[in-house]
Amino acid sequence: MTTRAALLVLADGRFPAGGHAHSGGAEPAVAAGRIRDAQDLADYCLGRLHTTGLTSAALAAAAAHGLDPLALDEAADARTPSPALRAVARKLGRQLMRAARATWPSAELAALAAARPRGAHQPVVLGLTARAAGLGPEDAAHCVAYETVSGPATAVVRLLSLDPFEATAVLARLTPALDRVAAQAAAAAREGIGALPAASAPLLDITAEAHAAWPVRLFAS
Amino acid sequence: MSVQATARITAAPDGCGSTALPVLESDGPLALRRTRSAAAGRARVTVVGAMSAPLGGDRLAVEVRAEAGARLTVDSAAATVALPGAAQDAGPASYDIRIEAGPGAEVRWLPEQLVCAHRSALTMTTRAELAPTARLVLREEQVLGRHGEPTGTLTTRLTVHRAGRPLLDQQLAYGPGASGGWDGPAVLGGHRAVGQLLVVDPAYEEEPVPPTSLGPTAVLTPLTGPGVLVTALAPDARLLRGLLDEALERLSPR
Amino acid sequence: MHLDHTHQGPAAVGADAARPDGTRRALRIGLGGPVGSGKTATVAALCRALRDRLSIAVVTNDIYTREDAAFLLRNAVLPPERIQAVETGACPHTAIRDDISANLEAVEDLEDAVGPLDLILVESGGDNLTATFSKGLVDAQVFVIDVAGGDDIPRKGGPGVTTADLLVVNKTDLAPYVGSDLDRMARDAAAQRGELPVVFTSLTSAEGVAPVADWVRAQLAAWTA
Repeated sequence: MTTRAALLVLADGRFPAGGHAHSGGAEPAVAAGRIRDAQDLADYCLGRLHTTGLTSAALAAAAAHGLDPLALDEAADARTPSPALRAVARKLGRQLMRAARATWPSAELAALAAARPRGAHQPVVLGLTARAAGLGPEDAAHCVAYETVSGPATAVVRLLSLDPFEATAVLARLTPALDRVAAQAAAAAREGIGALPAASAPLLDITAEAHAAWPVRLFAS
Repeated sequence: MSVQATARITAAPDGCGSTALPVLESDGPLALRRTRSAAAGRARVTVVGAMSAPLGGDRLAVEVRAEAGARLTVDSAAATVALPGAAQDAGPASYDIRIEAGPGAEVRWLPEQLVCAHRSALTMTTRAELAPTARLVLREEQVLGRHGEPTGTLTTRLTVHRAGRPLLDQQLAYGPGASGGWDGPAVLGGHRAVGQLLVVDPAYEEEPVPPTSLGPTAVLTPLTGPGVLVTALAPDARLLRGLLDEALERLSPR
Repeated sequence: MHLDHTHQGPAAVGADAARPDGTRRALRIGLGGPVGSGKTATVAALCRALRDRLSIAVVTNDIYTREDAAFLLRNAVLPPERIQAVETGACPHTAIRDDISANLEAVEDLEDAVGPLDLILVESGGDNLTATFSKGLVDAQVFVIDVAGGDDIPRKGGPGVTTADLLVVNKTDLAPYVGSDLDRMARDAAAQRGELPVVFTSLTSAEGVAPVADWVRAQLAAWTA
């Protein structure tokens, strides 16, 4: 019953799950001068995709595959040393849960919402949402991998007034890497929770905490 | 010719308020020495022999076990330098560290830096299994390339379980064999020294440590559970050690 | 108002009139309008006028972090636990209309933390004339413009001016200085809005917000009826 169109609905930037208020760490990277142009954005997105992107995509694929969402939520905590990023993941997970239960209601989503009323990690919720929508583990991984790079790209268009055509071209050039990461994530998910990757990025953890304490910022994370 | 070696350390209370080492097994390039401990009641072991290893294809392992109530420090005499193997097809070297700490035990794992030489390839795995009342201080420092040379390929994974539940799971991958973007603005931003300092202490359950920024390239983050991870980047090994020493000082009980 | 449907099934949807535990939730009123028209000042004045009789909370949607929330806190119109800021990623109109998930979390958190509440005011960051609130988020919306922004704004229309449940024309005290014709604004607004109400306010006096406060009380009476 897999339906490709459901993936378009779920991956659409207009899916009302709160992503628009987050830059995926791009705001502090812009402020530190590490992202100044489209090439920097491409490097940033590639690094984020291969670290937190792969880790999150695998969590989502595992949830879509039917692994225990609470065990995955715990695994996500262990993979997220930054409390600021854990808070963001749970906040976005809660927002996605609301949208998911209105769009593809399922008993599994309801059970996770009841077990984690303050929100489960967003990739876990996304995996369960994909499952409720009739999508597979690799679809869920694709969706998360894409969010990992589309969030910063959209934010950098606003932060640097970067040409939106250039930003979208960056995303287009990343698509082979996105496909590889999604396939890798789905393969790991099939091996079970012990095989899930834990790739991390030091700068993302370091700057997330500092950014969370900025008194004035455009993006929530 | 690649080397396969496993060194073993078991620490146990000696019954007189100090810690004995019923097992202290050197193997191949991994030579272990009992050295004088600065702290009373604690045993100290220094790894003296791994300076020229691991080479490509080597499989090295250190297994550390601290039994209930034991207090053990393990350090090293010099930095470990990962070098390319003589054979072209030697494959990556592996270095596995296993740490087990029983009830009330404390392990301080404080080796010198791991230096990743040009054309080397190393997979380093550190796994710690902690009893709920065990304490752990663990420092890892990765230096990407000797002075002025490009780095080799390094993959590390640090997995810590406490009371059988995951506390921390972190994978880092750098160098020409790593996926794209490892040196870019999301991951290293051009820094050549990367460090982690992990402190697990049941006391944090009562008195949690707040997240603290330690400057533009270092942060102290409380984990979900009684642990704190310091993540730091620096241009070189000396500046990195400075950041981690400062963090360790901050986290040491007064 | 659009509150006569209660969603069936497990999902909590924004427009549900009942909370998950079955109790009736607070009335939610949105306040939108262009930058500088006096939205935050209107919210502050409403809180002062209504807080003695009603249990109130405020959600702000700021462009930059939480400056509107900070203004309300500084002016102590409500205790801090009754004010929550939603971060909008530089797009308040998205947060109040296209993706209301963060605002729904905020109103529910406020009801959980300081409820039961009678009224939640959801303020949008200053945006353009097309920004309106989703019916999934608020039960009624107020659009605040001011005489200094140009007396042709009512004539220009746009979804805010045309469809808001209440149009507030603020800063009437400035009309003589900026050459705005209040009668013309009233005529144009009536032409755009038909039967929908329009009030004129000046918040320089303590009673200035009274026409808006009266309208809010009427909405509440209908909500609790």
